[in-house]
Amino acid sequence: MRPEIKSKVLVFLVFTGILAGQGAKAQFSNPATGPLSANTVPLAQLMQPTELVKLLKSAGADHPVVFQVGSFVMFQQAHIPNAGFAGPGSQANGSILLKKFSAPLKKGQLIVIYCGCCPWGRCPNIGPAYKELHDLGFTNVKALYLANNFGDDWVSKGYPVERGE
Amino acid sequence: MRILQVIVLLGCAFAFVSLDGIAQGAPNLVHKPAPQFAKPDLNGNLIDLKKYRGKVVLLNFWATWCAPCQVELPRFEAWQGKYGTAGLQVVAVSMDDGDAAVRRTVRRLRLDIPVVMGDATVGNAYGGVLGLPITFLIDRNGIVTEKIKGETNLQQLELRVRALLSR
Repeated sequence: MRPEIKSKVLVFLVFTGILAGQGAKAQFSNPATGPLSANTVPLAQLMQPTELVKLLKSAGADHPVVFQVGSFVMFQQAHIPNAGFAGPGSQANGSILLKKFSAPLKKGQLIVIYCGCCPWGRCPNIGPAYKELHDLGFTNVKALYLANNFGDDWVSKGYPVERGE
Repeated sequence: MRILQVIVLLGCAFAFVSLDGIAQGAPNLVHKPAPQFAKPDLNGNLIDLKKYRGKVVLLNFWATWCAPCQVELPRFEAWQGKYGTAGLQVVAVSMDDGDAAVRRTVRRLRLDIPVVMGDATVGNAYGGVLGLPITFLIDRNGIVTEKIKGETNLQQLELRVRALLSR
């Protein structure tokens, strides 16, 4: 092989390798350290399950609007009473639903979002949903802190659930 | 005194496990027949769980957005190749809302194991799949021997699969 062709092939292979590496990196990016990881939600904006249970019982102005921002299959199995399904926060359809359902709300309304599909640091949905609401101008958004998942940290604790749609 | 301590500890452990099951209102499936289902896989082949009677079944609930699931699936695929002739059958149930992302992931991970789309009915039958991954081991008689929630030590799980296969 002629030297100039050899060097072109080498450059092509290196370039292809870099692109493939970037693709693989994107596919396997760690949600715990990704740009919209659940860990990007400020600590002050986290809500513990016990706190939400109390708020759900209240009828006053502090009664929250709750959105589930995870999978619909999980929502159908069990969800927090009166919670709205707003779609997976990490996906485009989730973003669209969250915009739609939050549109009629006042910007100061207490909104609690939750997912619980995976351990907190691995959740791909909470971070994007929190950012979406923040970017829409909502000033009182809390993320329900489910350390392990919705089953372990809510349902197993005997907190109230609804099933179906 | 030591015996008393052991009894108290066992009692606490039993109470914890029992309360967990009661609180969820979900059946504890271990030592019970695996709930049956029949669903088409991504290639349109009917996957009927009862047809795997006589095999050890590793039933894995997963989703494309579940990071630990992406680590487990290639290992389960490898076990299917390694222990398939000894009687292992891996079945993967995706809890995604649609199959497009599932098909992409199956291609990316080069999975040959049957992958079916799960739903709330199957999830509820298995005690509620409300966090992933969840894996069930089912013996050759169709009895659930173990439920594994969350990330697990795959080396130890492989040993338990081998033990089931040798029964």
